[in-house]
Amino acid sequence: MSLGVKNTIVLTALLAVTTLVAMHVAMAQDDPNAFNRLMTPSSERNAPPESDGIHDPTADGTLMLQPPREAFAGLPKSRSGNYIDWSRAIEDELLVPRYDIHNPDANPIVLDLNIVREVKGSMPDVVYPHKLHTQWLDCANCHPAIFIPMKGANQISMASILLGEKCGVCHGKVAFPVSECRRCHSRPKVVDKD
Amino acid sequence: MKYGFSSLAAAISIGILLVAINMLPSSAEAEYGDVVLNEYSEDAGMRPVVFPHWFHRIRFRCKVCHGDLGFAFKAGGNNIDMLKIIDGQYCGACHNGDVAWSIENCELCHSGMPDTPTQVHHSTVQQLVKKAREDEAETATEESE
Repeated sequence: MSLGVKNTIVLTALLAVTTLVAMHVAMAQDDPNAFNRLMTPSSERNAPPESDGIHDPTADGTLMLQPPREAFAGLPKSRSGNYIDWSRAIEDELLVPRYDIHNPDANPIVLDLNIVREVKGSMPDVVYPHKLHTQWLDCANCHPAIFIPMKGANQISMASILLGEKCGVCHGKVAFPVSECRRCHSRPKVVDKD
Repeated sequence: MKYGFSSLAAAISIGILLVAINMLPSSAEAEYGDVVLNEYSEDAGMRPVVFPHWFHRIRFRCKVCHGDLGFAFKAGGNNIDMLKIIDGQYCGACHNGDVAWSIENCELCHSGMPDTPTQVHHSTVQQLVKKAREDEAETATEESE
């Protein structure tokens, strides 16, 4: 068999296979019973800037930006948000973000104090860890503008959080979203047997 | 010539695959917490700014920008313009060629899709409240027609 014929066969076979794959991909999106059809498939998470939908792929700068997946490799995963467990990442010192613009050795003032908020209804009570929050933030970021630093002085509801107030100033925007119920509502209620 | 045909076939195959991938439903899948700022940009003939929270929190704790630099916890809450940045305020505290690259790299920030309004991308407020208000407005217009 001549080289030309061989190559033609290879070419035809490759074309056939890729056309089949392409048809399969095109058909998968039309499948009314596709699994998790309204959810973002994991392959499309952490999209690079040029295909993330809010960067203009025709801007030269877009192509110079770091793709998130490159930065996130090796960081602990989570189920929502950026799909990164940011708190664990700094706890395990996989990331050491600066606490001061210029001084890389400045350390946060960490307060290890849990606040338990007993909630109405059947959800487990909320345990608020000052420790995790003070690793990222300064006291003045929250007190007194968002939370009055006094027991019982703060009315918090899920409605206000969903509207971007109280915990919702960060959670639901940049800190883990409100769909992660049990990360806050983490202490089961004590059931009175009497 | 030996590899000519194979590489041509490979190139065509990759082409077909790319076309197929582009046929997949595409919606904005930018990072959670990406902030689009378009208070002044497009009025001034520049693309909107995209601020990647994820990139910055790898390097700095929240306190640095939201405490020391005075950034409000609100997209568009600081009325930032280039004058303030050149003056060393807000973004300009780092983006001065010293801590981070300087302002002559216009397109690294001004790289947003045209017509994107100021928002925290993927935020609960963006997904629930803004959408509800838009739906409400739509219903109101339909009723008045």
